[in-house]
Amino acid sequence: MWHYLLRRLALTVPVLLGVATLVFLLIHLVPGDPAQAMLGDGAAPQDVSALRTRLGLDQPLLVQYAQFLRGSSRGDLGLSLRTGQPVLSAIGDRLPATAELALSAMMVALLVALPLGVAAAVWRGTVVDHAAMTASLAGISIPNFWLGPMMAIVFAVQLGWLPVSGRGTWAHLVLPSATLGAALAAILARMTRSSVLEELREPYVLAARARGASRARAVWRHAFRNSLVPVVTVVGLQFGSVLTGAIITETIFSWPGVGRLLIQSINFRDYPMVQGCILLIAITYVAVNLLTDLLYGWLDPRIRLA
Amino acid sequence: MWRVGAAIVMLAITAALVGPWLTPYDAADQQLSARLDGPSIAHLCGLDELGRDVTSRVLAGARVSLLVGLSVVSTSALIGLMLGGIAGYFGGWLDDAISRLIDVLMAFPGILLAIALVAVLGPSLTNVVVALSSIGWVGYARLVRGQVLRAREFEFVHAARVLGARVPRILARHVLPAVLPAVVVQASLGMAGAIIAEASLSFLGLGVQAPTASWGTMLAGGRGHLLDAPHLTVFPGVAIALLVLGFNFLGDGLRDLVDQRHSTY
Repeated sequence: MWHYLLRRLALTVPVLLGVATLVFLLIHLVPGDPAQAMLGDGAAPQDVSALRTRLGLDQPLLVQYAQFLRGSSRGDLGLSLRTGQPVLSAIGDRLPATAELALSAMMVALLVALPLGVAAAVWRGTVVDHAAMTASLAGISIPNFWLGPMMAIVFAVQLGWLPVSGRGTWAHLVLPSATLGAALAAILARMTRSSVLEELREPYVLAARARGASRARAVWRHAFRNSLVPVVTVVGLQFGSVLTGAIITETIFSWPGVGRLLIQSINFRDYPMVQGCILLIAITYVAVNLLTDLLYGWLDPRIRLA
Repeated sequence: MWRVGAAIVMLAITAALVGPWLTPYDAADQQLSARLDGPSIAHLCGLDELGRDVTSRVLAGARVSLLVGLSVVSTSALIGLMLGGIAGYFGGWLDDAISRLIDVLMAFPGILLAIALVAVLGPSLTNVVVALSSIGWVGYARLVRGQVLRAREFEFVHAARVLGARVPRILARHVLPAVLPAVVVQASLGMAGAIIAEASLSFLGLGVQAPTASWGTMLAGGRGHLLDAPHLTVFPGVAIALLVLGFNFLGDGLRDLVDQRHSTY
């Protein structure tokens, strides 16, 4: 396991370096002078020149790159152009809200998808199966920026059960997490169905039934438990969709997370903050993928020996 | 189900092409006195906040969505075919370099890199296509690389090599036909992804800009009128969901067809 862990960690280093390089290059893709673009066309030349110096844009590219890597590795991502606050600290203030939303969305997805997927597999080919799979296909096809407002119309505007935006209470969390979790639930339900179906065909399920285990016990204690390994992997792999989905969901429900901060920073051309948010989201994604791989390797020895 | 998908897609293409003749109103015509009016016989999907006919704008939005989808998918598939083909067929340092680039780009979740690119390039239809294509090719390249690795070991490819056929001919005449079905499946599902991605960017204010009609910008405009004009949110959303569902059905059906063909080998 240690050998697998070290090999997987070693593979992550060049990926992280590549991610940092792309994020660094972003600011240089701005058409024209990035400092001018950030301050706007009406900015005084001395202000533009001062900003250029402050951001190090007057240095050779390689020097800028080395400074960016050195700063990033120490957690120094510069200062926000809008508020003057350190980028890392601003992101740190918003991170708990995004983590809360992402985790609750994943909980919602699991709570919906696992029973739905198992029911579809157990009653394969019946109305239950067709209904579950049609619902899951609809879940994949309906974009969250439509589902969110539609749920807000029904549950917040017409029924008045839930608040339409903001953060604070459990009630505030319901609509954003359901919106964000819907697509993941749809994917997981399909995955659970096929995984449980595969396990139900295995001889050990037949053996359990032959030993007198009830159908429910054979499904839940035997087939379902073993079908969880690929489902866990999909949860990890789909974390990226949850992160990018959070950008839109936070915008819809005015949820004060990193995604909303990113969009606000783009609108204000606060490029240091944009770079910081993108770097942090990408690093989180790489870290979750690494954890998923390690977990998978731990659960299934064939993976780490391959 | 692929027939249902094909029917939805054909209907959307037809509506996008003949849209201007289907409604008597131009997508940009304003009737400010009737702004936010709900659905009626004269305006089947109602009017928006500037008194523009929502039906005409949904049809105009279909043109934008299909155009972006087609541009992104064809550009991505072409780049993916070239780079994936080179990596898979030649191997060695070329494969290593392309594979590492793929690894790095795959480290960005979903449309995050597209959001970043549009943020710096500026919001416009062209930049949306550029941004989505610059991440879209990665999936095709990875798929094509895997398929070419498999195809280059086929006996008829070995035979062509022994007979002295040159690499471009082998790739074009023997490897490409083996790879293409999987790419077509990916392209069909990719259309759904590109349509949602364009609408997402436009919804966030990073894509198509007013006054051009786009489903994403229409939904963004409808957000401020959830209470008084829910029809602004309902109709563009139904259009996106239906078209995406159509491409997903079509892609699933094509995948089953390709899987069946492979299982008969």
